[in-house]
Amino acid sequence: MVEKALFAIFLEGVFIKNFLIIQFLGLCSFVGVTKDVKSAAGMSGAVIFVMAMASTASYLLYTYILVPTEMTFLDLISFIVVIAALVQLVEFVVRKNIPSLYRSLGIYLPLITTNCAVLGVVLLNVQSQYNFMQSVVFGISAGVGYTIVMLMMASIRERSTFVSIPSSIRGLPQAFLIATMLSLAFVNYFWVIPI
Amino acid sequence: MNVFSEFMRGITRDNPIFGLVLGLCPTLAVTTSVENAIGMSAGTAFVLVCSNIFISAMRKQIPSAVRLPIFIIIIATFVSIVRMIMEAYVPSMYTALGVFIPLIVVNCIIIGRAEAYANKNSIFPSFIDALGISTGFLLVLMVIGGIREILGTGQIVSFGYTLLSLPVNPAVTTMILPPGAFLTIGILMAVVNYQRAKKRAKGG
Repeated sequence: MVEKALFAIFLEGVFIKNFLIIQFLGLCSFVGVTKDVKSAAGMSGAVIFVMAMASTASYLLYTYILVPTEMTFLDLISFIVVIAALVQLVEFVVRKNIPSLYRSLGIYLPLITTNCAVLGVVLLNVQSQYNFMQSVVFGISAGVGYTIVMLMMASIRERSTFVSIPSSIRGLPQAFLIATMLSLAFVNYFWVIPI
Repeated sequence: MNVFSEFMRGITRDNPIFGLVLGLCPTLAVTTSVENAIGMSAGTAFVLVCSNIFISAMRKQIPSAVRLPIFIIIIATFVSIVRMIMEAYVPSMYTALGVFIPLIVVNCIIIGRAEAYANKNSIFPSFIDALGISTGFLLVLMVIGGIREILGTGQIVSFGYTLLSLPVNPAVTTMILPPGAFLTIGILMAVVNYQRAKKRAKGG
């Protein structure tokens, strides 16, 4: 396996393998929470945080518990439990210590447990055999890429609320057509950059 | 209970993609070809049928306060089984679908049916419900996969057989890249919305 530079992994996570519009992970929140910029920002903040924590925790779990005991076939079940526990823990800590942050992020935290983007990061880390630093960087970069696209999408949808379009396109189909444009831009610009 | 209408409900009104709008990630990600679409729906169908039967059989024993974690563990077990079976018997399909096989575990369709249906109904209706929803999912995935494959590569090749091939190669490679998925599902969803609105207007 070729050792990848951290910066290359970061760019890859943000643009080339963007979670939302290249890899199609976490689409439920992409069409569900992007009706206005404020909630999109709240959701993205929570996702970055949980993705970084989940990649750290799952790396430690996988390398120091599952591999030595030869129970790697249990990875899926243990990752799901770890993510759910982590989200609960984050919720308790944030609610107790930073109430203002809890008021803005709190309602998005439970949504993250079943967000496939978080489990996706963890599984891709294992699949690409990243070491500790690489896993954490990939986790953060995936979160940053998620944030960028969520904010772009939410701003476009917020501004196009009053556009006159046929009623059968309004809502989800419109969101998917906007996503087509964003995805075209990402595919064409970022796939030609050699890292 | 009418078995047939219960089964058809999963394909029409409660269609996972166009009715309930659940499970979008695999729908868009694996539909680069009909073959992948069939493989993905087969995996999802197995997990959905097994988890619906199991959860509905256990529904009196599962305490309702902690039911979601229990559902997730049950589903994760079945997904692990599917993953091992596919890795052993259809390795090429397993590689093509990649991370989306383990991600069946967070597919909202399965946990949604467990919560909305299997938790409240007995075993046989849950089984029929799972079959209907799986068939609806399979049909949508095959349609999207078919449109993308025929426009993107000019032919539909599944399991070594050429099912359909265009006389001219359109070579709209974009269709098998990520933007094609968004475009296809956006247009299909608009058509479905249009048909539904028309039906509603006619019915009064």
